[in-house]
Amino acid sequence: MANKTVLFNKHLESNAKMVDFHGWEMPINYGSQIEEHHAVRQDAGMFDVSHMTVVDVTGTQACEFLRKLLANDVAKLTVPGKALYCGMLDHNAGLIDDLITYYLDDTHYRIVVNSATREKDLAWIAEQVKGFDVTITERPELAMIAVQGPNAKAKAASVFTAEQNAAVEGMKPFFGVQSGSLFIATTGYTGEAGYEIIVPQEEAGALWQALLDNGVKPCGLGARDTLRLEAGMNLYGLDMDESVNPLEANMAWTIAWEPSDRDFIGREALSAIKAAGTHKQVGLVMEAKGVIRPGMAVFFTDANGEEQQGVITSGTFSPTLGYSIAMARLPNSVGDVAEVEMRKKRVPVKVIAPGFVRNGKQVF
Amino acid sequence: MSNIPAELKYASSHEWIRKEADGSYTVGISEHAQELLGDMVFVELPEVGDTVTAGEDCAVAESVKAASDIYAPISGEVIAVNESLEDSPELVNSDAYGDGWFFRVMPSDESEVDSLLDAEGYQEVIDEE
Repeated sequence: MANKTVLFNKHLESNAKMVDFHGWEMPINYGSQIEEHHAVRQDAGMFDVSHMTVVDVTGTQACEFLRKLLANDVAKLTVPGKALYCGMLDHNAGLIDDLITYYLDDTHYRIVVNSATREKDLAWIAEQVKGFDVTITERPELAMIAVQGPNAKAKAASVFTAEQNAAVEGMKPFFGVQSGSLFIATTGYTGEAGYEIIVPQEEAGALWQALLDNGVKPCGLGARDTLRLEAGMNLYGLDMDESVNPLEANMAWTIAWEPSDRDFIGREALSAIKAAGTHKQVGLVMEAKGVIRPGMAVFFTDANGEEQQGVITSGTFSPTLGYSIAMARLPNSVGDVAEVEMRKKRVPVKVIAPGFVRNGKQVF
Repeated sequence: MSNIPAELKYASSHEWIRKEADGSYTVGISEHAQELLGDMVFVELPEVGDTVTAGEDCAVAESVKAASDIYAPISGEVIAVNESLEDSPELVNSDAYGDGWFFRVMPSDESEVDSLLDAEGYQEVIDEE
């Protein structure tokens, strides 16, 4: 039996096409994923992300534990509500998952992990937490709605209480605040402004309906994927997994090497990988007809005239740009052009830093 | 439930054909096929004057989800292609049996039409998927 989020019936009311997403019945679109994509780039859209796993990490050693568990350093978080993105590595520096950590107070952090990796994440955390004065509490009674787009904050404001509006007033990106029954965070997976709102399940339907009544368009997993790829954001399972280290997943910025005596899991292996050199994740742009798909082979000729090969990790049609974009993992000798093998032909592509569209505009 | 017009004939690979006044046949893909593919982003059509053979691929419909070969339901010469799909591939989604047509074929062997499915036969193909 597939899991259903508390918003399942709301999706059906909006004529969602439901698909199985790692054991969850989720909306892929509500008619047209391209229209939903444009709604988020130009106005406001919302996503049911209640399948994601919210976990509270509490106790006197919460900070100490997370400094061991995560490749980024939660000690950088000193202002309540501040969030941090990073990977959770295994001992070989492979990515078990990517996640967001919110600092609530010195004995309370909240992490949000992927749904597809829920079981292995919780098992890993349970193993690592042994010996720490820390309690790990999954919060399945919480649903989550992401409201994203240039008009998302204004439309959400008409749904929030006065107290909630005061709480989010002037809140910078990558912060979260608990106000009333909602945990409202300025995070997202689209490259647009907006909120991710954690809401008690019993209130989620009413919140969804209120946003809908205020002109926020329901958007499915299809649009979520094209939006995150345009924004140059990784998807776990495609752009990274346990066989991939963060240095080759464009996540070097999420690794805190200092202080040098912080012994996070995977540090030793990652240091060796860094010294030896590793692959590189790049963005690809193809203005010719056609769509780059995950798994396609990528070729380029290096400075020594030798042919090198890599692979597409994510590829799609970019509705904002009108042509195909992709992310690829390649030997780090790659220059600014390559070729993608598609349908038995090699098609030239431009190589750029991952990141194609932010705040409605092309960024390369 | 997908719309399957009774006046058309269908291939089990989800193309439809409609006879025109000049004896040619218009070819497109079914409502069911466009639903499966999702938002169309590129359509590659044959060229006018090309000869197509029944059962062989002669066009590509590429959606956000996948690239899909389109097979000629009947053999013959391509006498027209739907140039509006170049700029508006979404017509395949919005009007699969009308403005979203792909190309028109003058048949070289009209008896091939008899081996295609009627609406009822095509419905059975969908039901078995």
